[in-house]
Amino acid sequence: MTYMSLIFLEGTIRQLPSNISCGYAKVGAAQWQRATEELCVSGGRLFTLWGADDRDRDGRFRIYAAYLLPEDVLVLEHEIEDIVNPIYPSLTPMFPSALRLERAMRDLFGVPSTELDERGWLRHGGWPETIFPLRRDIDGKQQYPVTSEAYPFLQVEGDGVHEIPVGPVHAGTIEPGHFRFSVVGEKVLRLEERLGYTHKGVSKRFEEMPQNEGHRLAARLSGDSAVAFSWAYCAALEAITRTACPPQAANLRALALEHERLANHLGDLGALGNDAGFAFGLTQFSRLKEDLLRTNVAVFGARYLMDYIVPGGVALDLPQDAPRLLRGEYLALEQAVTNLRSIYDEHGGLQDRFREAGRLEPELAEKLGAMGLAGRASGVSCDLRVDHPWPPYDRLKAKLVTHTSGDVAARVQVRFDEFTESLRLCRTLLEDFASEPIQTEVPFAESGRLGIGVIEGWRGPVMIALEAGPDGTVRRCHAHDPSWQNWPLLEYAILGNIVPDFPLINKSFNLSYSGQDG
Amino acid sequence: MLDVLSTMLRTGILTEPLPTCGDASSVAVETLQKDLWNIVGRALCIRHVDAGSCNGCELEIQALNNPYYNLEGAGVKFVASPRHADVLLVTGPVSVNMEEALRRTYDAVPDPKLVIAVGDCGACGGVFGEGYASRGSIANIIPVHHTVPGCPPSPAAILGGILATVRSTAIPG
Repeated sequence: MTYMSLIFLEGTIRQLPSNISCGYAKVGAAQWQRATEELCVSGGRLFTLWGADDRDRDGRFRIYAAYLLPEDVLVLEHEIEDIVNPIYPSLTPMFPSALRLERAMRDLFGVPSTELDERGWLRHGGWPETIFPLRRDIDGKQQYPVTSEAYPFLQVEGDGVHEIPVGPVHAGTIEPGHFRFSVVGEKVLRLEERLGYTHKGVSKRFEEMPQNEGHRLAARLSGDSAVAFSWAYCAALEAITRTACPPQAANLRALALEHERLANHLGDLGALGNDAGFAFGLTQFSRLKEDLLRTNVAVFGARYLMDYIVPGGVALDLPQDAPRLLRGEYLALEQAVTNLRSIYDEHGGLQDRFREAGRLEPELAEKLGAMGLAGRASGVSCDLRVDHPWPPYDRLKAKLVTHTSGDVAARVQVRFDEFTESLRLCRTLLEDFASEPIQTEVPFAESGRLGIGVIEGWRGPVMIALEAGPDGTVRRCHAHDPSWQNWPLLEYAILGNIVPDFPLINKSFNLSYSGQDG
Repeated sequence: MLDVLSTMLRTGILTEPLPTCGDASSVAVETLQKDLWNIVGRALCIRHVDAGSCNGCELEIQALNNPYYNLEGAGVKFVASPRHADVLLVTGPVSVNMEEALRRTYDAVPDPKLVIAVGDCGACGGVFGEGYASRGSIANIIPVHHTVPGCPPSPAAILGGILATVRSTAIPG
């Protein structure tokens, strides 16, 4: 399916600057609603939702919805004329993943949807309820005292039911968030998440930065996805400035992105073994991850590639001996992971913990709009590298990995399969290693131009929507992490499982707090 | 089981010597263990708090437990509760939504206590700076004894920071 099949929008759709095919249309409230319904029944999925305060320009608020379709992306823009009591039709009845996005938009813009959950999502009491930080007349540097506000969780009642509150400070070296379990004995009856603890005001911060520096902030939205987000930012900027990234730079960006995937999968596979009581797995996989990060230092100049991708290309070329070094590293990783995979597969105790734990049925995953790795473990066949390949993936022909059992075991298998496929992609990329330009000049974008950058990170698809202001400034920048869609999946996957399996199930999703909180 | 044992044997011992405070030479694990015994009288217990980080620093702190750095082998361990900790290792710019949790965690650590701010954000607010949702550096909220800059700092730099803090600070009492 493509956006062309939305007949009622015919004639109004034009192309939006992007690294993949993207349609764009301005719609009224009725069309906004109708598009939601048609896209929902015909296999479209909500990608993200964002708002813009254009009262200074033409006296309007605008909201944008991006949909991921099997063949392209569609962005719909809806103008809200009533700026005193702005409201728009909620997408939640059709796309449940819209709920938290709508709550966040109300917190930051003061523009609510017709949805009724009144509780703040990103606003916990850190700024007054009457202040909407993303409005253009609000000073982003202004600070406010924190006021403690109650947050009513849904109560589960019945004989022997009790609550276990966990977080925001967790027991391990991980990010903060709150989980409220309602349990009987050890069995989980309900889990309600409360996130937003790491909200740092990233969207507002983007507006204070010049266009040619925003990639640095994008890289730090979620530290484990630095390459994916900085690439998405640069792809959006290059699209709105009509800049072509040199082919060699695109190859190096893809190599960096696959290294990010390899490193995260290694880390997760070790942690999953450990959470199932198999410390050997953590020891082995964590040393392989360390080896890969040290190889990153030798070839990319850093362990984590926070500032490797820059507008117009990459910051550093590969050193001369990099191909030899990398081929050696890939071979060592391949041999070690093949051996560890067979140990994991044949370990009865480990498989006993992995199988059936945290099962997310394919139908539910589809309905909830599951994204990326977690979606592919529940049969959701979607990988942007395969479905919407952008250079250089258009010639790499990445293979889609899916499993259908939807349990921890499936999410482990997807990681193993993707690890193997990533190694193949890295080796293919090395074949084209040549001494060519790695950076090109990026001019300032024309004021008011909007574009999007979309990249399949290790966790799933990430997106940056970028609108230029005058003289190289950023007017609006919205970043989206697939964790927005996938956090609610965990609330379902845990049902009927026991509390001690939560760390294992949570790790099998390994979602980003910072990426969601923004 | 045989596969597991033979993999362990083939992997061997990977643990590297510990860095000293700043210079390139290294010290034996035994020396550090002796120092820790003299200063804290037992293994050094660290509680990590993410006060709003992007998760980059967390990944490098986690790496300290991999076999190359083997932090626990040197007598430094991460604990699950601030009540068991000697040192708070804090990352991130402090988000307003974590401000209260950070203060409460700090208060829960028994005296005497040390605080190390890890990463550029913890040191000065980093790329996020200060704004409506971010209070910037850790020192804006709780007293900090030592900072480890970097984005993210390498495990060796974090380890160096922990050792420097312990060695330069005679914990009172």
